[in-house]
Amino acid sequence: MSYMPVSPGVGMEENFLSLDDILLSQERLPCKTDTEFPGLGFLEKNADSRHIPEGTKMEMPLWLAKGLYERKRRVISVELPKVYREGWRTVFGADANVVDLHKMGPYYYGLGSQMLHFDSPENLEIAQTVLQTFIGRFRRTMDSSQNAYNEDTSMLVERLDCLERALFRQGQSGLNGFQLWEKGRAAQLTASSLVTNYRKRKITDLQA
Amino acid sequence: MFIFWFYLLLLQNVLHILHFSYFSLLFSLVQCLNILNYQHSLSELIPTIKFRHCCLLRNQRCITAYLYDRLLRIRALRWEYGSVLPTTIRFHMCAEELEWFNQYKKSLATYMRSLGGDEGLDITQDMKPPKSLYIEVRCLKDHGEFEIDDGTVILLKKNSQHFLPRWKCEQLIRQGVLEHVMS
Repeated sequence: MSYMPVSPGVGMEENFLSLDDILLSQERLPCKTDTEFPGLGFLEKNADSRHIPEGTKMEMPLWLAKGLYERKRRVISVELPKVYREGWRTVFGADANVVDLHKMGPYYYGLGSQMLHFDSPENLEIAQTVLQTFIGRFRRTMDSSQNAYNEDTSMLVERLDCLERALFRQGQSGLNGFQLWEKGRAAQLTASSLVTNYRKRKITDLQA
Repeated sequence: MFIFWFYLLLLQNVLHILHFSYFSLLFSLVQCLNILNYQHSLSELIPTIKFRHCCLLRNQRCITAYLYDRLLRIRALRWEYGSVLPTTIRFHMCAEELEWFNQYKKSLATYMRSLGGDEGLDITQDMKPPKSLYIEVRCLKDHGEFEIDDGTVILLKKNSQHFLPRWKCEQLIRQGVLEHVMS
């Protein structure tokens, strides 16, 4: 309750210290090198040279792509992952609720916002699609989080991406708090969650 | 689960970050590559240098975020657990974190003393609005003897129930020794 972790950044900004943003920036993107990288041949499994030649296609994590990318386009060019391309965009336009966003990369919204850094000509469409998808799916997420009391929510949460899951969790905690208050249990003093979690972990250490 | 991964990064990379300035890093890298017969000019090596720099920045970010998250949890411990931490938790904290905890405790105590007139106000108490002066509690494990304000000593044995003043029990309930029983 008194542990308030750093929340993920909003939109195109990342929070430096947010653990969620660090995990987000670990996602891989397909890229193409536009210049030679001398001495780094060991990263690419080709038995070729000791350098990474120009035009190599490789997968880079987001943090590396963001760090190396320059507007004057001398270093690397980043391609869009499948989910943000034309084909999938029409799917999202048709019906956003059907898609399993957890499978399509668990960070659909986060990665979509970060892709806007790479000056693709389709930036406007990507941004609009991400926004419309969120608007389309939000109602269902909110409804399910506010009405699933004391039951197994794994089926509801399965197809949600991380941002939606965070929203779902918040909704659930609000619902639980309200129900406790309704039952008159709001004034009941409880053990702190840190203590109970620590104790649970200790018991498993002993058993291991 | 994630903590283990971050801790590993910490062990492997902390020296890298702390002891090399950017230029000495640049220079030593150019020297290394030229010794190995690459013979590239500096401008050709810049992509590689940038690559390495990105990696170092990434490690730095991971380490800093991990240490900061630990600090946030330690701060939460003061509010949830009280000013004296059990030895098992203290064992997992490094000296600097203990030092930080002590300083935080002192700042919080100074602040609490400055509120509410002469005696100060303990804001870590009454986290939920109190409904009554005395509460019914059940003991979850043996805690030995417990003295309340008017001098009576109560033996806290497992599963015994008592009717005690709220402000004395709040700390023990938060620590998980007692359980608040609502009828």
